[in-house]
Amino acid sequence: MNNPYFDLLMWARGPGFDIALTIMVGGILLRVVEILVLGRKRDLATAKGSPVGQGVKTIFTRSFPRKGLVPFAPITYIGGYIFHIGFAIAFLFLGAHIALIDGLLGLSWPAANRAIVESATALAVIALFALLYTRITDPVRRALSTFGDYLVWLLSLLPLVLGYVAVNKLFGDPTLMMALHILSAEALMVAFPFTKLMHAVTFLMARYYNGSIQGRKGAES
Amino acid sequence: MAERPVLAEALKAHGISRRGFLKYCASLTSLMALPPALAPKVAHALENAARPSVIWLSFQECTGCTESITRSHAPTIEDLIFNTVSLDYHHTLQAASGHAAEEARMKAMEEHYGKYLVIVDGSIPVGNPAYSCIAGISNLDMLKETAAGAAAIVAVGTCAAYGGIPHADPNPTGAVAVSEIIKDKPIINVPGCPPIPIVMTSVLAHFLTFGLPELDELGRPKAFFGETIHDRCYRRPFYDQGKFAEAFDDEGARLGWCLYKLGCKGPTTKSVCATVKWNDGTSFPIQSGHPCLGCTEPDFWDNGGFYKPLSMPAGDYRKLGLAAVAGGAALGVAGGAIARATKSKAAAAHETVDAHDLEKKS
Repeated sequence: MNNPYFDLLMWARGPGFDIALTIMVGGILLRVVEILVLGRKRDLATAKGSPVGQGVKTIFTRSFPRKGLVPFAPITYIGGYIFHIGFAIAFLFLGAHIALIDGLLGLSWPAANRAIVESATALAVIALFALLYTRITDPVRRALSTFGDYLVWLLSLLPLVLGYVAVNKLFGDPTLMMALHILSAEALMVAFPFTKLMHAVTFLMARYYNGSIQGRKGAES
Repeated sequence: MAERPVLAEALKAHGISRRGFLKYCASLTSLMALPPALAPKVAHALENAARPSVIWLSFQECTGCTESITRSHAPTIEDLIFNTVSLDYHHTLQAASGHAAEEARMKAMEEHYGKYLVIVDGSIPVGNPAYSCIAGISNLDMLKETAAGAAAIVAVGTCAAYGGIPHADPNPTGAVAVSEIIKDKPIINVPGCPPIPIVMTSVLAHFLTFGLPELDELGRPKAFFGETIHDRCYRRPFYDQGKFAEAFDDEGARLGWCLYKLGCKGPTTKSVCATVKWNDGTSFPIQSGHPCLGCTEPDFWDNGGFYKPLSMPAGDYRKLGLAAVAGGAALGVAGGAIARATKSKAAAAHETVDAHDLEKKS
């Protein structure tokens, strides 16, 4: 006799994770190397400023909103911050996730209290819904949205909701919900290199590039 | 074998007071998740229960289940309940052996056909039935023969309930659970490696008093397997606070912090270990500093390693990860090269157009 929920959990922890990790790591490498190989034409002009300094600076400065833009799109900015910080806390400070990272990379740090992790999760979920609301109600954003954007929204939401449900045993068999939580995270991993989720890696390259071309011209970025 | 009620006499003989017996019935009632008002009924039913014939079959097992039950903190009432049944065949405990023992089994089966209870511990090898035989009879044949006249079957221990350790990969004997073979009789699974003695006797008491208990989808009595160990664990507050033992001899382990990171399977294991405990309520594995192995769950032996946290991948991810790095980089170079080639090709194929050409075309 088997426990089908446990079998699913074991598949998610075993072959499911192996497949998802392979696709994610391979996919990220593929896309980053492809961009680097494509390269840029050499700029023969003499540099007027420091491209490296401005490039590195821009990686950080672009994490803060431009003056006056927050009131222009408050939900996008504030919701965006809450989601990103909430997701990071939930992902990086739950004990079970630290055990996973420890197993993969050998890196470990203290876990946060469950109340903090769960509050961060709840806020991230609320922020996601607020962001979806603006995406749907604002005609410009709606026109700009593609299927990929809605898919990424759903893939970001599911691990948060299913993880919360599994840990708090809100409904469903806890083993099944844990398996579904892991599977939803694996779906996110698989989609990562091939959707806009890739910004979590390429933002470094893009910001550095933008900053460095300005810096080369002697401009502030 | 007597059909008359024997518990009252047995209690008297062992010097157990009526007060003690009623207290036991009350705790049994609560343990079985029955309403408190039913406690007197449990007492009444137990006192008047006829002595059922029990045939205990031991197949591919380690005798741990029998050890557990015979070591239920004697002399207690649980023990007496167990002694109250007429254990007509148990080749580990009985004095007779070989054909004499088998005769006792046949006699019990004939006399109580359709009424006796069969308790099985151990899995059944179906790969080659000769792997495990008793008196020249294969486990498979003995189970089928004995189950035919049984009122119900109790599969004691994870081996009988789910195949257990003999069923572990690569399962050389083709070991299976009782429920894989017997399909036409009620089967109560009491998994555990071994099960807690009082859980076993309570299931027996429930069967004697109210018949079959309510079972979950894995055939386990819901009263004992309804909640996870994690939910009832006294170390749960440390889990909630994010305080984990990282090694068996670190500060966290000494302070009694959560054992999740040392591989504890409490969150996915349903059992009453954390509340009922072992050895007369003395302790249970987590209390003595060892993570739960998840022994009441099917395939616990193959569920990704005892000392690996549940959230840690159980597969061959390291090799695949390295292959993905190499493969991804190679594909990236190829993709970039193709894009460059396309770019140069487009540049080469670019036709220049001036105003004269445009005028010609129009």
